[in-house]
Amino acid sequence: MSLPVEAQDELEQIITSIVDRYKAKPTALIMALQDIQKYYHYLPIEALKLIAKKMNLPVAQLFGVATFFKAFSLTPKGKHHMCVCTGTACHVRQAGVIVDNLSRSLGINPGETTPDGEISFETVNCIGACALGPVITVDDEYHGHMTVAKLNKVLDDLRGKKTAEEMVEEVQ
Amino acid sequence: MNNNKFTSPEDLNRLRERLVKQREEGRIIITVCAGTGCLACGCEAVTAAFREALKENQLEDKVEIRTTGCHGFCERGPLVVLRPEGTFYQRVKPADAKLIVEQTIKHGKLVNKLLYRDPQTKEVIVKEDDIPFYSKQMRLIFGMNGHMDPTSINDYIALGGYQALAKALLTMTPEQVIDEVKKSGLRGRGGGGYHAGKKWASCRRAKGEPKYVICNADEGDPGAFMDRSLLEGNPHGVIEGMVIGAFAIGSHDGYVYVRNEYPLAVKNLNIAVDAAREHGFLGDNIFGSSFNFDIDVSRGGGAFVCGESTALMASLEGKIGEPRAKYVHTVDAGLWDKPSNLNNVETWANVPLIIEKGADWYSRIGTASSKGTKVFALTGKINNTGLVEVPMGITLREIIFDIGGGPPKGKKFKAVQTGGPSGGTLVVETREPKVHESLVAHGDIRDEEEVVSLLDLPVDFDELTKVGSMMGSGGMIVMDQDSCMVDVAKYFLNFLQEESCGKCTPCREGLRITLEILTRISEGKGQMEDLDTLEEISQVMIDTCLCQLGGSAPNPVLSTIRYFRQEYLAHIVEKRCPAGVCKELVSHAIDETCTGCHVCFSVCPTNAIIGQTKTLHVIDQDACIQCGACYQLCRFDSIKRVKRGEGDAIQYVAKEKWHPPVKKKAAAVA
Ligand SMILES: Cc1cc2nc3c(=O)[nH]c(=O)nc-3n(C[C@H](O)[C@H](O)[C@H](O)COP(=O)(O)O)c2cc1C
Ligand code: SF4
Ligand code: FES
Repeated sequence: MSLPVEAQDELEQIITSIVDRYKAKPTALIMALQDIQKYYHYLPIEALKLIAKKMNLPVAQLFGVATFFKAFSLTPKGKHHMCVCTGTACHVRQAGVIVDNLSRSLGINPGETTPDGEISFETVNCIGACALGPVITVDDEYHGHMTVAKLNKVLDDLRGKKTAEEMVEEVQ
Repeated sequence: MNNNKFTSPEDLNRLRERLVKQREEGRIIITVCAGTGCLACGCEAVTAAFREALKENQLEDKVEIRTTGCHGFCERGPLVVLRPEGTFYQRVKPADAKLIVEQTIKHGKLVNKLLYRDPQTKEVIVKEDDIPFYSKQMRLIFGMNGHMDPTSINDYIALGGYQALAKALLTMTPEQVIDEVKKSGLRGRGGGGYHAGKKWASCRRAKGEPKYVICNADEGDPGAFMDRSLLEGNPHGVIEGMVIGAFAIGSHDGYVYVRNEYPLAVKNLNIAVDAAREHGFLGDNIFGSSFNFDIDVSRGGGAFVCGESTALMASLEGKIGEPRAKYVHTVDAGLWDKPSNLNNVETWANVPLIIEKGADWYSRIGTASSKGTKVFALTGKINNTGLVEVPMGITLREIIFDIGGGPPKGKKFKAVQTGGPSGGTLVVETREPKVHESLVAHGDIRDEEEVVSLLDLPVDFDELTKVGSMMGSGGMIVMDQDSCMVDVAKYFLNFLQEESCGKCTPCREGLRITLEILTRISEGKGQMEDLDTLEEISQVMIDTCLCQLGGSAPNPVLSTIRYFRQEYLAHIVEKRCPAGVCKELVSHAIDETCTGCHVCFSVCPTNAIIGQTKTLHVIDQDACIQCGACYQLCRFDSIKRVKRGEGDAIQYVAKEKWHPPVKKKAAAVA
């Protein structure tokens, strides 16, 4: 995925400020990528090239790092982010059932985004709330003791929220 | 004091005395746990409600609210403890804040509904310290969490913080510090259990400058969160340990490698590092001595393999996190090829304690070869999920039953898994699995194996290794009768395969094949030879993998085969999953205990459930996709997971036996 031209200037600015923040130290490479991903929800190719230039590192090293860690994505993510914990504690409490059902409801596999670009769905290992297992997060909000019934409700709410927002947009 | 920096221990003591006095002035303190577990339960709203309630009652300047790190009892969160009395309120909702302020704080009356009730004895317990979950622990490292706001360095100082640093820096030589740590018997808490003092000494001896001191907060073990809770709740303890270690080793640069998935830990750690620097515990001329040391916090990418020492260092250098062969140790050539000393978060947190109280005191806790305490993340099928800190040498039984309260809903305890993905599953008791009685086929193979009981095994680095598991980082996952051991092995292997860096062949290919075989077995397509093949591949991996990710990956497989061979055989020979977990081998069926509550009806994604309110429900066996949605929902345990293809038989029997629910039951349903 590449960015439209008008976004390039913004990108240049953002990257300059991020690289400056870490004083272009190579130990901060992962952190710089995290910051970019946080802003764009993914890593645009241009960003990688620019960072390589600014930090004086081979582009290959950046691609290596960006593809090594699961947390980085080179493709854009959906508007909403659903994450099912599949850590050990959640697994023995049947997180698999939640993953299967969510996959089926959304029609996508973990790691993918719905075709309308609304919802991304991922799995993660232990988010530190094992007492609530199985746990999912929806846009960083925790939902504990998940069952399929609750999951359906969460999905309805999420989709409902979406339409409500859209309605507001339409009115405006 | 000149610009906040401490230049002498006297300054520190003066401040401490002042803070302690302030604390003793009898102000009531409402401590609200704000660890990740309680945050997830909505403790922020509770804190806000307390603020509101105090304002309403004009108590703002008499009562203090302190948000602390994790208290450990995550199961009962959000937790609120009123100090100095120690009144313990659990599962507090925002609406309860007003009640607590008006009843307990103003009138000294307890709010009964929020008190802890022992699930076994039904006894109501008021004080935090009297609750069995806490009273059987030894919270040396973790106990401070509940008494301080992690973002306040003054709280840490009031509790005696940085005294050990003053002692080490101003009254001891680096060699003496190393000797003390050696004598204490402190072993690394990150998994390997290497003697910390020995590692420090090698690093001190190593040639090359500068030397690095690194804290491993990668915590990739899926189901462990003690390092995170330590960093979130007591970051200064870890920092103090690192400064002492750096002094002993002769290092001036430190790194903490913490995963980005731990935002609160990163935040609190950064606040603490800044505060420590401001107070002169980090930076140049610490305590007015000639010793300089500073710490950089580096957020890692959160890959399991990056917890391995050489991979971590590669990743710190901004490279791909792949391990390298370790014929040259990292203490000689680690980060940037300089001598580097890596220790785990919990290991560092132990250091101030050892220096302050002395190696003699410390080494009295624990067993002959394992000293001190260990924090475990007790999770899975257990009543009291949470973090527990216990002295080494305590038995698994005490942890799981006395502290953990055993599996919930009276289910049978089956096994415990320690050491995370590289650890092993230990059987402790095997019981008749959950299969409908009328269908339990008593094959001959069933009675061969004797039950091995390891519940009374002491928790100790060497004892756990001896029985095929390991201490690991401290994840402890309890499994009950509903957990399938083939599935557990498959789960870990799947995790490891995803996390393997793929650099060396035995790990990359070995994991792939092992997972393939386990998947085959879980689908009922396994053969008897598979068990031998698994053992053979495992041996090759143990012997030849480059790093311990691959080298210890066979542990979950070998230990489950060792203790649960029967269960593997049931999958292979009988094509049956005794615990009813492996999807391909089970059918869902409703038996005669169905009350006709109709709850399951609408949750089925394929509309396979047939029935009306107050009638027996039936699952259309052809339409069912075994998704388990209805099973999770049924409150009467009427949905059974039986051997694939035997669902109709169960439902046939159910039809014969079923009666419409009597009034009493109907009332219960309503
Ligand atoms: C695959 C793998 C993952 C590891 N993950 C961690 C980890 O998350 N945290 C940790 O402290 N040690 C981890 N270790 C152990 C470290 O390599 C190292 O032994 C430890 O950090 C040393 O500190 P200690 O002596 O204080 O335990 C891991 C090792 C391996 C092989
Ligand atoms: S054992 Fe596995 S994780 Fe370790 S270096 Fe080899 S491939 Fe990488
Ligand atoms: S395993 Fe899911 S939160 Fe820990």
